[in-house]
Amino acid sequence: MTPEEHQLFEQKIYAYVGREVFSSQPAPDRINEAMIRHWAEAMGDKNPAYQDAEWAEQSMRGRLIGPPAMMYCWNQEGITAATKRSSDALTDMCDLFDQHGYSGVLGTNVKQEYFKEAGMGDQVFVDMIIDTISEQKATARGIGYFFESLATFSDQHGEKIGTQRFRVLKFIPAEGANSTVSSDEEALETPTRIASPRGHDNGWWWEAADEGRMLIQRCTACQTLRHPPRPMCGECQSMDWDSIESTMQGEVLSFTEIHHPKVPGYPSPLICAVIKMDEGTNFVSNLRGCEARDASIGMRVSGVMEQVDDKTMLPQFYPATQEA
Amino acid sequence: MTDFKTIRIDEVSVGDALAALDIEVTTALVVGGAIATRDYEPVHHNKAAAQAAGLPDVFMNILTSQALMTRFATDWSGPEASVRSIDLQLGAPNLPGMVMTVTGEITAVDSKTGIVDIAINGENNIWGMHMHGTVQLKLPGED
Repeated sequence: MTPEEHQLFEQKIYAYVGREVFSSQPAPDRINEAMIRHWAEAMGDKNPAYQDAEWAEQSMRGRLIGPPAMMYCWNQEGITAATKRSSDALTDMCDLFDQHGYSGVLGTNVKQEYFKEAGMGDQVFVDMIIDTISEQKATARGIGYFFESLATFSDQHGEKIGTQRFRVLKFIPAEGANSTVSSDEEALETPTRIASPRGHDNGWWWEAADEGRMLIQRCTACQTLRHPPRPMCGECQSMDWDSIESTMQGEVLSFTEIHHPKVPGYPSPLICAVIKMDEGTNFVSNLRGCEARDASIGMRVSGVMEQVDDKTMLPQFYPATQEA
Repeated sequence: MTDFKTIRIDEVSVGDALAALDIEVTTALVVGGAIATRDYEPVHHNKAAAQAAGLPDVFMNILTSQALMTRFATDWSGPEASVRSIDLQLGAPNLPGMVMTVTGEITAVDSKTGIVDIAINGENNIWGMHMHGTVQLKLPGED
């Protein structure tokens, strides 16, 4: 779109703010046990307040109620929505978005408040307006607009059952937005840790780890230890080296607890610690077996080699049970 | 008739954790949930439509997520609790084959009104956070 076309498009879109979508539209079915049973079965919801008439009779309410979470279900369009929704302000607005490339749709928030517990035989009436449309925003899904519909639900006596605010993103799907998904099978592989990076200069360290040994590289010219593995000694620039096996004893030099973002394949929360090994080198690893509030700088820790996922053996450190 | 217990407001404290619930996301749950909530959007029952929308398979509709979040709250509270509100934000989609673990924690307790706020998270094992939000319940036993 040219800037002029885009301006015109926005004018048309924003004209929908405040437009009525439904006015006192009655649900085709009254609240009934059969539809509730199907819903509860799918959701695995065994709440007797919805289905057990005998229980409900003697309950504080004295009657069955419809599941509050079904409030909007009673007025849903049904199977015609699978092909072409009936025309209303909301579908017309979405068509306009679609025609201008904003074809992606993503429900992002729903907020429902309930004022009255509707019961069997009640009929739900819905009023809905398009309440807000945001400015154009760049999102992780693509450029788009958030709009909110506001619905009010009442019963056949005109008493309010509840309200619903539903927030939806209409966006231009980014090119290759889902390129991480290359096939069905790959998409659902349970994530594991990032594979250990095995190169010419550090492959030997990971191979020893696979065998359950934590090695520390040592300069054969000046005996200085170093970690992580690298080709040259930082002290004397010698490229000759061998390694010693660590006793895996040390103390916490520093630590942090990572809460956000959660990384698939890794535990959460995760304590990352810099450990000063008794051999003298520093080593970054995980602190396990204690909460962050129980960890402290200077705390003695003891390591073990553990299989942390299908393909990775790693040193993991725990609070030392006894002082060395 | 089974005997159902409902937790009373004086038995609840801020910080109490709800027992975690693992929900296996199956095609039956995705499609069955969509139809039970009368949501016939093709992406929730038609794999080809979901793939055209950029996802590998049909995905759970928001009304099912909302139902599961409410169910998690009332499974904990018992049936005499009334649901006052639900405020839910959606994250990554739930697809067949995933397992969503739902956890919750009490974040507010008002003994005068009997109202508790429960912060609830649903995370799937593949893509992480699927839903988080707050369910507000009114429990019996208020002052």
